[in-house]
Amino acid sequence: MCLAVPAKVLELRDDDMALVDISGTQREISLMVLDGDAAPGDYVLIHVGYAIEKIDEEEAQRTLELFAQMEEFNAPAPEGEDPFA
Amino acid sequence: MSLLASFRDSARAKPILERIRARRGGPVSIMEFCGGHTVAIFRSGIRSVMPERVRMLSGPGCPVCVTSNADLDRAAALAKLPGVILATYGDMLKVPGSHESLAEVKAQGYPVEVVYSTLDALKLAAAHPDREIVFFGIGFETTAPAAAAAVLQAEAKKLRNFSLCSVMKLTIPGAKALLSMGEVNVDGVIGPGHVASIIGADAWRFLPEEYGIPVAISGFEPLDLLAATDAILGMIDDGAPDLVNTYSRIVKPEGNRKAWGAVERVFELRGASWRGFGDIPASGLALREEFAAFDADRRFPLDIPPSEEHPACRCGEVLRGVAEPTDCTAFGAACTPEHPLGPCMVSSEGSCAAYYHYKRQAV
Repeated sequence: MCLAVPAKVLELRDDDMALVDISGTQREISLMVLDGDAAPGDYVLIHVGYAIEKIDEEEAQRTLELFAQMEEFNAPAPEGEDPFA
Repeated sequence: MSLLASFRDSARAKPILERIRARRGGPVSIMEFCGGHTVAIFRSGIRSVMPERVRMLSGPGCPVCVTSNADLDRAAALAKLPGVILATYGDMLKVPGSHESLAEVKAQGYPVEVVYSTLDALKLAAAHPDREIVFFGIGFETTAPAAAAAVLQAEAKKLRNFSLCSVMKLTIPGAKALLSMGEVNVDGVIGPGHVASIIGADAWRFLPEEYGIPVAISGFEPLDLLAATDAILGMIDDGAPDLVNTYSRIVKPEGNRKAWGAVERVFELRGASWRGFGDIPASGLALREEFAAFDADRRFPLDIPPSEEHPACRCGEVLRGVAEPTDCTAFGAACTPEHPLGPCMVSSEGSCAAYYHYKRQAV
């Protein structure tokens, strides 16, 4: 139910709507609950027709690197800090 | 997007799995609270490659499954009201209520429309001004913003023939109810990634802080789930429960404030009835008085007979993590995805359906 799929923003439209590409299929979705702006070329996560988050590509790259070096991954984080930040 | 495909790369998964297997420690139980994780764990075969000490459990993370028969009966009764078109997500259609599913109601000729999004329900309302479009809204925190957005749009566009029957629930009161019951031992939790994308990773800090249980917020690819499991095992073995966010490409510590702000504007908390748990205080979302014109509960009050449960169905115990689907004598015999006795077998995210589809080919 909480399934969400990545999509590439193709075109911004009126009424907080956008045309996106989801694995080769074009669909109109709403940006109404997305925090922040999206621009064509951005990747967003879509859940039941609404973009809920932008996908942070740099963070994705960093996560992959961290997954590969698990010692750091499990090191205790300093107080109040996300170990992935 | 090849970067995201890397999270399915088995070559990258191998070293994480080796690390999990190299860990030494006592038996542990790790629970996920998300139906999407249940399916991803089965589909990727993660359960079958875990070392013997690691037991993976599914919690009440499937919103279709935790919907009570009383609420399903109400949806069926709404669909039968003259002038009403009931719209809902496809997952709900085949779930049996006390006497019938919405698919059976539709087969009797009553208008039940499956929609992908609340946006489609709003389009139905605009296209049928002479009918009442009632959206039967299920879901957790991930899905609630779409319902809130629909109500706000209906108000802005003056779509007075749109209303919402909200049976939406919050995962954290559900998780707390399960842990407080003490029926099942939970040493670590795989935190629901998309719920956390809305309410924030930090919302799950109550697990280490109040219960001493480590939690790793996880994405839905095999690498995410393995890394989350490894992080949880590390925290258990070190005796240092904490929260880690292995899904930081999506999930922020504070979540999506705009989406949750819309939910808080439209809804207030109320008690909700969960299959297997009964009433859990302040675990449901009801429309605020201000939005009464869009509240199907207020607009179409119904007198529904007390609901009934199928005597053979053990969904409730499966949802509490105290029974495995295969512990149920009906599993795979009287209860199959084609002829389900309960929602855990019919929902694509239900534990029984996941066992049925994947367990046979796993190991």
